[in-house]
Amino acid sequence: MTEVSASSEPWRKRGRAPTRRLRRLLRRPEAGALFAAIAVYLFFAWATRETNFVSLNGTAAWLNSAAELGIISVAVGLLLIAGEFDLSIGSILGASSIALAIGTRLFHIDIWIMVALVLAGSALIGFLNGLIVERTRLPSFIVTLATLLGVSGAGLGFSRLLTNTTTVSMTTPPLAQAVFAGRLGQANIAILWWILITAAAALVLGKTAFGNWIYATGGNLEAARTSGVPTARVKIALFVATAVASSLVGVIQAIEFHSGNASNGQGYVFQAPIVAVIGGVLLGGGYGSAAGIFLGCVIYGVISVGVFYTGWNTDWIQLFLGGLLLAAVMANSYFRHLALSAR
Amino acid sequence: MLMDTPPLVEMREISKNFAGVQALREVSCSIRAGEILALLGDNGAGKSTLIKILSGVHLPSSGELLVEGQPVRFVSPRDARAAGIATVHQDLATIPLMSVGRNFFLGAEPCKRFGPFKLFDSEFANRVALEQIRGFGITRVRDGDQLVGTMSGGERQVLAIAKAMYFGAKVLILDEPTSALGVKEAAKVLILVKEAQKRGIGIVFITHNVRHAMAVGNRFVVLIHGAVADSFARDERTYSQLLNLMAGGEQMEALEAQLAGIDNEMSSAHAA
Repeated sequence: MTEVSASSEPWRKRGRAPTRRLRRLLRRPEAGALFAAIAVYLFFAWATRETNFVSLNGTAAWLNSAAELGIISVAVGLLLIAGEFDLSIGSILGASSIALAIGTRLFHIDIWIMVALVLAGSALIGFLNGLIVERTRLPSFIVTLATLLGVSGAGLGFSRLLTNTTTVSMTTPPLAQAVFAGRLGQANIAILWWILITAAAALVLGKTAFGNWIYATGGNLEAARTSGVPTARVKIALFVATAVASSLVGVIQAIEFHSGNASNGQGYVFQAPIVAVIGGVLLGGGYGSAAGIFLGCVIYGVISVGVFYTGWNTDWIQLFLGGLLLAAVMANSYFRHLALSAR
Repeated sequence: MLMDTPPLVEMREISKNFAGVQALREVSCSIRAGEILALLGDNGAGKSTLIKILSGVHLPSSGELLVEGQPVRFVSPRDARAAGIATVHQDLATIPLMSVGRNFFLGAEPCKRFGPFKLFDSEFANRVALEQIRGFGITRVRDGDQLVGTMSGGERQVLAIAKAMYFGAKVLILDEPTSALGVKEAAKVLILVKEAQKRGIGIVFITHNVRHAMAVGNRFVVLIHGAVADSFARDERTYSQLLNLMAGGEQMEALEAQLAGIDNEMSSAHAA
């Protein structure tokens, strides 16, 4: 029997507060990701001691790399917690990026109106994803795979039809440039978006009734339903969130690179769920945290930029990520076991 | 018992068909305050269909459902809950990877207002959840943030039942609450059922465990092939009569006679 102080015994609580806090931390979904993030960071800090990984610029570089993935991963992670998958993020990103460029360049539509249209259109695709999954009860993996292909094809097709190419350059007025692609030194404003969206997700998950419903929907759909949780609404809202998040990254990238590209974003299709799982989200749903997903993205950023700084061939990144994914899944399974063990 | 007040819930000749298959045939029964109705039946006897009608998952094909004397029509589980009928399912009662406080208030989260936001009051949720399960003798759990998966099966049932009662259930439908539990754990749940009865709640106790039914039930309804095979008050049947009925009655008697015949042959062979 392990000893844990009860709140009714203040004299013990004081003496044991640090261990108690540590024990609580170990039972959080992000416990494994926290240790992994620290370990990975220390490793690369050591491996790149000759170069400038641990510097303002190096830090900005890995944060940049984590941020755009992070914006999408947070939404995908929440959807995973609710027990569903969204692959369509990959092509929604590209379609948003090319639509923004074509709209502003070819049709001279105001950038803000165009951004609003692109986000609203993506929200509609997300809504349809959710509706189809709910109505047909088909696995979301298949439904959103279909959307992934469909939206990708439509994006490329319309782009070629209208412009004869799938990359369209664009210019952006200063305010929109600052909001979506502003820079402070080497750091992109996307980092700020990422942090704000993560904070919002943490608030929703931890501190709202809707957050409770997300966990319940993924944890036990029938139990959630019988408790009166509107599970269909929860899922559809999250499908909308993943679509809007990837659309936002599409907008950010188009403005950042001064060009829309219909084939952008395909890499996120699996990266986003991978970092969420590394961050402690249970692939089957019902468990995870925004902080964990954030740490998963940090790990991804540190590895992908860290390898670059070591001067090794960047082919190694995939090997690192593969190994880490496996380690993370095993570690998270262990920590979940700990959380479920009697105290 | 006051027999002139209408029962909390009454079913009158309820039938239910699923695509031509008759799952329930003119089933009538009623539940009064402070009464434990044990609903017995083998697998496929229609117990779950009956529960689903009571809890608003299915509408009956024919027949009437009355709550405190008034005819009702439950289109969704929400309607049943609003009428004070709470169902605690064997496996679906709680969510293991969620905390005690979150489980307890799932679907009815207490919120505090912060400007335009309504935030989940986890401190209140944890405190009340712990108080409620303590009231039913679960003292081992001391942290509302603890995952429900750390609790035993019996404790989880208690949590679910305490939750239903906290939210004002007048009728509790317990679907096989003891069937997955060991002897000690089942005892906890049976004691809780008696405790709930003492508080004036009407209980429908669904089980195929005759011993558990006999231990707590006031009245008994046995379903066979979707129809009421027998309905009686406590002490009107013996344990073995009930067991007989459950096991399939005449078939079982025939089997027993056959087995007894073999025994007789064996003992006469010994004697010779």
